[in-house]
Amino acid sequence: MKGQAASQRAGWLFIAPAATIIGVFFFVPVLAAFGLSLTDFDIYSLADLRNLRFVAFRNYADLLVNPLFWQAVGNTLYFVVLGVPLSIAASLGAALLLDSPLARFKPFFRTALFAPVVTTLVAVAVIWRYLLHARYGLINYALGEVGIGPIDWLGDPHWAMPAIVLFAVWKNFGYNMIIFVAGLQTIPQDLYEAARIDGASAFSRFRHVTLPGLGPVILLVSLLTVAGYLQLFAEPYVMTQGGPGQATVSVLYFMYEQGFKWWNLGIASAVAFLLFVLMLGVTVAQLAIGRRGGPS
Amino acid sequence: MKRLAPAIAVNGLLVIAAILAIAPLLWMVSVSFMRPGEADSFPPPLLPHAPSLAAYRELFARQGIGRNFANSLILASAATALSLIFNVMAGYAFAKLRFAGRDRIFQILLGALVIPGQVAMIPLFLMLKTIGLVNNFGGVLVPAAAGVFGIFLVRQYALSIPDELLEAARVDGASEWRIFRAIVLPVLGPIMVTLATFTFLATWNDFMWPLIVLSDDRLYTLPIALASLSREHVQDAELMMAGAVVTVAPVLLLFVALQRFYIRGLLAGSVKG
Repeated sequence: MKGQAASQRAGWLFIAPAATIIGVFFFVPVLAAFGLSLTDFDIYSLADLRNLRFVAFRNYADLLVNPLFWQAVGNTLYFVVLGVPLSIAASLGAALLLDSPLARFKPFFRTALFAPVVTTLVAVAVIWRYLLHARYGLINYALGEVGIGPIDWLGDPHWAMPAIVLFAVWKNFGYNMIIFVAGLQTIPQDLYEAARIDGASAFSRFRHVTLPGLGPVILLVSLLTVAGYLQLFAEPYVMTQGGPGQATVSVLYFMYEQGFKWWNLGIASAVAFLLFVLMLGVTVAQLAIGRRGGPS
Repeated sequence: MKRLAPAIAVNGLLVIAAILAIAPLLWMVSVSFMRPGEADSFPPPLLPHAPSLAAYRELFARQGIGRNFANSLILASAATALSLIFNVMAGYAFAKLRFAGRDRIFQILLGALVIPGQVAMIPLFLMLKTIGLVNNFGGVLVPAAAGVFGIFLVRQYALSIPDELLEAARVDGASEWRIFRAIVLPVLGPIMVTLATFTFLATWNDFMWPLIVLSDDRLYTLPIALASLSREHVQDAELMMAGAVVTVAPVLLLFVALQRFYIRGLLAGSVKG
């Protein structure tokens, strides 16, 4: 049939530009990244490709005994373990408030709470650097008013990562809040009515109606947030430059320095792949946990 | 009367949460109008003593941030235009045109969503270096020109176009291109606004890729210029806050104007995806 053939050709022509761009500038580099990670590509190879040698898995082996790499992994996991639950709790809390039938001016509050999400990460990280300043920062000033001594947020290795977590929670909670609000609206109102007639308290309604109703949404939100937080980069780049004393070097920060500061592009590609493996592993673990706790 | 206390609690908590969310941005605006050195005093001042444009003057006249603003505007607009053209065509085809391998290709594309973009960055940098696209806008734009998320967004929306509408036009002898232009594009209007808002904000706010590709500071986008300025001018809180205002204000205004479309995209991308 003539129409069939025309539709075939049209389909291919319509997807060709996008598919070519994604193929050439994403899929090819991803495959090439694996190849590159098996070479000693460095500044000499950048100048002259004849200096390039195949080293098999030596970059991976070297990384796995490199203490700074492990510290970067540890710092990143610390950021995820501290930041994800706090972010999700803040998002859920804000969503419950916004969804409450008692709340007034909902569109205004929704916009205000969501605003940090659309701001430019670098610009707001710069703002927070001043807010967290040990001497002139507003945060220490406010803490001082309630009798808490000054904390050297970004200068103390014990506080630098918690400070970045605080910033990340502020920046990101609005995103999951919107998803939670949509999820809350799918929970049938009669479930709440039935619980109320049974005399369930507000907390017990939350525990036995809201939380189970949000189960799949919570799993989805934690998958997205963990994957996003494992890609920590701009916050330490702007706020701490990885310091103090490597306390905020993340995996991607380590990759960036290896690749574009020292031009060890082979090693940096291996770091990128290890991050990918880490992300896959964490996602699979989350899905397994979610499935076990989910449909019961 | 019994419901009064909970109502006060809910709205009071909302007010506190909104203040916490907005306060850093209000503080940024306030400090940007202070005179040099004014913010570095104790207790930290909340409002400028005598509002001044000194920081903005320094920023535009001496630091030349106007050029970075133009760079960001050009790049974000160009990325938006390119991603609209390519993603809308592909999203429509994946939803409505029948061709061999369609579902297989779409699944492969969706698979790309689990691979973090940073894995591709190093080889992509070397590829672009070979073809001379490093340290110019082309290198920033190439990976932004089409994306799986955008295609997915448009496809989900285009699935609701009735097949009879397209078939009727085909029977009338309209070409596929004409059907796309005259029938499909008008229907896809709302999702195109969503996609445009997303792409513009993402390109404007992007940091890591332009940081890698652009080395000439005359080509820096606002976030890169701001990060480099903050390494040199740590002491100048007022200057840095003026820079933050210039960077954040355009995207915040755009979001407030188009938030209906933006939030629709956010929900389409996560709840259904």
